[in-house]
Amino acid sequence: MLAKRIIPCLDCDLGVAHGRVVKGVRFKQIRYAGIPWELAEEYDRQGADELIFLDITASHERRETMAKVIEKTSENVFMPLTVGGGIRELADARTAFNSGADKVSVNTAALKNPDLINDIAKYFGNQACVLAIDAKRRYGREPGREMVDTPDGECWFECSFYGGREFTGIDAIQWAIEAEERGAGDIMLTSMDRDGTKDGFDIELTKAISDSVNIPVIASGGCGNPEHILEVLRDTNASAALAASIFHFGEYTVGEVKECLRDGGVHVRM
Amino acid sequence: MIAIIDYGMGNLRSIHNALDKVGGNPVIISDSKSLSDADADAVVIPGVGSFGDAMHNLTPFSDRLFDLVDSGTPLLGICIGMQVLFDRSEESDAAGFGLIKGDVIRLPDGVKIPQMGWNELTIHRDNLDSDMLAGVNDGDFFYFVHSYYCVPEDKRVIAATTDYGVDMAAVVEKDNIHAVQFHPEKSSKKGLLILKNFVEMIKC
Repeated sequence: MLAKRIIPCLDCDLGVAHGRVVKGVRFKQIRYAGIPWELAEEYDRQGADELIFLDITASHERRETMAKVIEKTSENVFMPLTVGGGIRELADARTAFNSGADKVSVNTAALKNPDLINDIAKYFGNQACVLAIDAKRRYGREPGREMVDTPDGECWFECSFYGGREFTGIDAIQWAIEAEERGAGDIMLTSMDRDGTKDGFDIELTKAISDSVNIPVIASGGCGNPEHILEVLRDTNASAALAASIFHFGEYTVGEVKECLRDGGVHVRM
Repeated sequence: MIAIIDYGMGNLRSIHNALDKVGGNPVIISDSKSLSDADADAVVIPGVGSFGDAMHNLTPFSDRLFDLVDSGTPLLGICIGMQVLFDRSEESDAAGFGLIKGDVIRLPDGVKIPQMGWNELTIHRDNLDSDMLAGVNDGDFFYFVHSYYCVPEDKRVIAATTDYGVDMAAVVEKDNIHAVQFHPEKSSKKGLLILKNFVEMIKC
């Protein structure tokens, strides 16, 4: 039986030599966490199922730095590696794959040019294309929106881009369905309302998207403890959960999270 | 020297690094002449792309590949590199190498396709005692990414299966031919163990 995946996310600031992993709170304040490939090796030892490296500096000059980070990581870490942040065109994806990445995640570039999803899927396979969605709740009924009931009232979910700095007016559920049709292999779904809060995942958002598509959804944003991961993997159709700070700062190991999941009846790789 | 066949469809860094890590001596071979010139102790067909594209790009290598297999050189096929060893696939009209009798068919309805993630093996030691699976146990997880799966005619070549909507062949071995549906180079410690076992086989 296929296991639910636990994916530590390494937000990388590549503006310094060799890069470093940092963690933002609500997409803004930054804390320093460590050297990317050293953290990656530690997560491998702890039993992580996959790793995501996000370039939060995201400028063209730093593309080569990320390539070095992935090259270095792939010498010693043998699990699927995803690179995101700053993948603007097919050439950026190719650079990432050549450095040892298995998947790239796209957000802003795909919203501006949806054909990028088709192109990545065509040249590198569906499994290589992760669509990242940063979604924010918008309360109140609007025509043409996919409305979702929540304890706080009816809302729809709006996609943002440019690292959460701008909003698109695009409905996240509709965008997820379109991305699947275009060939995305995974959806990495971040709740902007929860990101950095440690209040737990947005269950209604994760449920709505994972019930709307037939590709795996990676739940992200708001993880503060192992019980939050148990909740989202038990109560929604998400295939994986992503977390950053609870792992980076040594609050919990991946192994501890998986023990909590196993005890809660979720099938995981121990 | 282990020849990794580069058929031009994606990154081979992971399999190269993994074989290097376990003491193999991997060399990426990008054209048929290099494969003919190389004194390969083993050949790896890595797993990237679709069946039709893979067969199209592998065809120039086929004469030399058949020679190597006939002479007993160990061959390891990974993912699509496993599937091309069979007769045919529902994914394409292209014929496979036919080194193992059987078909490649699409995963059943009712499961998310592709299967992507870590799944468990059930080892079938009653079929064959696999040196490649030495130290691998029932319930060990490996990383799969695929939409089609292999159905060998002779079930006795199945060394291990996995369950994803259907119980399917995950490891197939016949004489010097070895094939895995998952990606050992992406399966952490247990994946490296399988590659190490393969490398040890060559040294014997």
